[in-house]
Amino acid sequence: MARAAVPGRLTWQSATVAATRAETATARTLILDVDGWTGHLPGQHIDVRLTAPDGYTAQRSYSISSAPGPDRLEVTVQVVTDGEVSPYLVEVAEPGDQLEIRGPLGGWFVRRPADPRPALLIGGGSGVAPLMSMVRAATSPTRLLYSTRSPSDALFTAELATAGAAADGLVAVRHVYTRVAPAGSPVPPRRLDADALARVVWPRDADSVAFVCGPTGFVETVADLLVGVGHDPANIRAERFGPTGG
Amino acid sequence: MAVITRGFGGRRRDDTDLPPGQYRTDDFPVLSAGPTPRISLDDWELAVVTETGERSTWSWAEFTALPADEPTVDIHCVTHWSKFGTSWRGVSLDTLLADVETAAEYVVAHSYGGYTTNIPIEDLLDGQAWVAYEFDGEPLVPVHGGPARLLVPHLYFWKSAKWLRTLELRLDDEPGFWETAGYHNYGDPWREQRYRAD
Amino acid sequence: MSTINGGGDDAAWVDGNALAGPLGEIMGTDLTVAELTCAGCRTTRPLAAMRVFDRAPGLVARCPGCEAVVLRLVRTADRALVDLRGALLLSLPMPTA
Repeated sequence: MARAAVPGRLTWQSATVAATRAETATARTLILDVDGWTGHLPGQHIDVRLTAPDGYTAQRSYSISSAPGPDRLEVTVQVVTDGEVSPYLVEVAEPGDQLEIRGPLGGWFVRRPADPRPALLIGGGSGVAPLMSMVRAATSPTRLLYSTRSPSDALFTAELATAGAAADGLVAVRHVYTRVAPAGSPVPPRRLDADALARVVWPRDADSVAFVCGPTGFVETVADLLVGVGHDPANIRAERFGPTGG
Repeated sequence: MAVITRGFGGRRRDDTDLPPGQYRTDDFPVLSAGPTPRISLDDWELAVVTETGERSTWSWAEFTALPADEPTVDIHCVTHWSKFGTSWRGVSLDTLLADVETAAEYVVAHSYGGYTTNIPIEDLLDGQAWVAYEFDGEPLVPVHGGPARLLVPHLYFWKSAKWLRTLELRLDDEPGFWETAGYHNYGDPWREQRYRAD
Repeated sequence: MSTINGGGDDAAWVDGNALAGPLGEIMGTDLTVAELTCAGCRTTRPLAAMRVFDRAPGLVARCPGCEAVVLRLVRTADRALVDLRGALLLSLPMPTA
């Protein structure tokens, strides 16, 4: 968490949109250039502040979805109907635009590179964003269970397929679709349940850690189910992204 | 020096009848310092407690049988939004306090869920405040303070306590939830009394 | 204030993780990894696991066990106020070397 400005003091710094990448019809990734950015821990977030010409400001938090690296980071944003910041980030911002950020933030919902424990990552909707950073930076065995309404709502689909098929076998990816299953799928759409979790949860003696991120109700449900299938509650870390309005 | 973000529109500020530092909004943002209490109308009760401990209470049926007003007012939230022309139905504090013997100068509103806010009693009388139970012709929904909330539109909206349960009449002032955490004790939007030192 | 990557849920709170920026700005350290003991029910959890109500005039953190307020943070024009009366103890990890 070293800062370029005053050491130990968290300050706002300017970021420039370097590029954008559409992820779904309603979500996109913003690639931000940040001078002096020293990287982050997978799972961390940034605060984003927008200031209008009349002085009005709005502030939101967004998880970092990219692998750690210097001078550049990515956030993946799902547009929120009637939101104030997310429609700007998803529909308006262009390369060259400037905004303010502070971070990287949060030392609890993080997977440290030195941590050798296997991890189970469970994401609901755009809650996969910080888990994607963990997948991209994975150096120990990682399973991702990703719940979306339909295949077209899923973020990072192609990259996750590639990661799950890599020869080293480090990352395994499984999707759950709650409303619309892929064409030709033998499995009907269904909610993420204990059965789906039991198939991916690490054995009790594996000393694994679970990261759960998604809407508040999703995280509550998954955390309860995880304990139900035998996961140690002390090794479940959660990030709920709360109400709409972003 | 703040970075201006191109294309970020912000909020309209062109209305002349906005208090300083406010922006107009047409939706009704939900602000809350805690979980939304769900109170059944069978269990609901409104109480007024005087400085001598005298207690008057109304059940839901008794409360909604009282004469009601239908004020249309502008509301101003300390988080910088104002909403014009909101329509309510509620019982005037003049009605609720008409038969109450008191020398109190201050009132602390207590909510289901534990929230509190303090208001001088003179700001609640003479047609300035209501206990509202309908918004826009519909029963007041829980996220906006239903079954019933205080409505004191001439002060910042945190003074209009949601989920009102008790009005405690006091001889001395007792700062409430936000007033003890840096917000202004009185909260007049036209004098921009947001914070303690304003 | 904070909505991490948007969503479609009505719950009015987020995790204590969202306090990392607002508290870090004031304290110069990440307090979300600190263990906080609730004055209401005396249970201890990381600040990151508290429920934070962020759609309000300030940030209000509540114990997920008993819903008591454990921390309030208000930014005025020129000050930051942190009310910890609901917290019996904050225990922070420190580097050992």
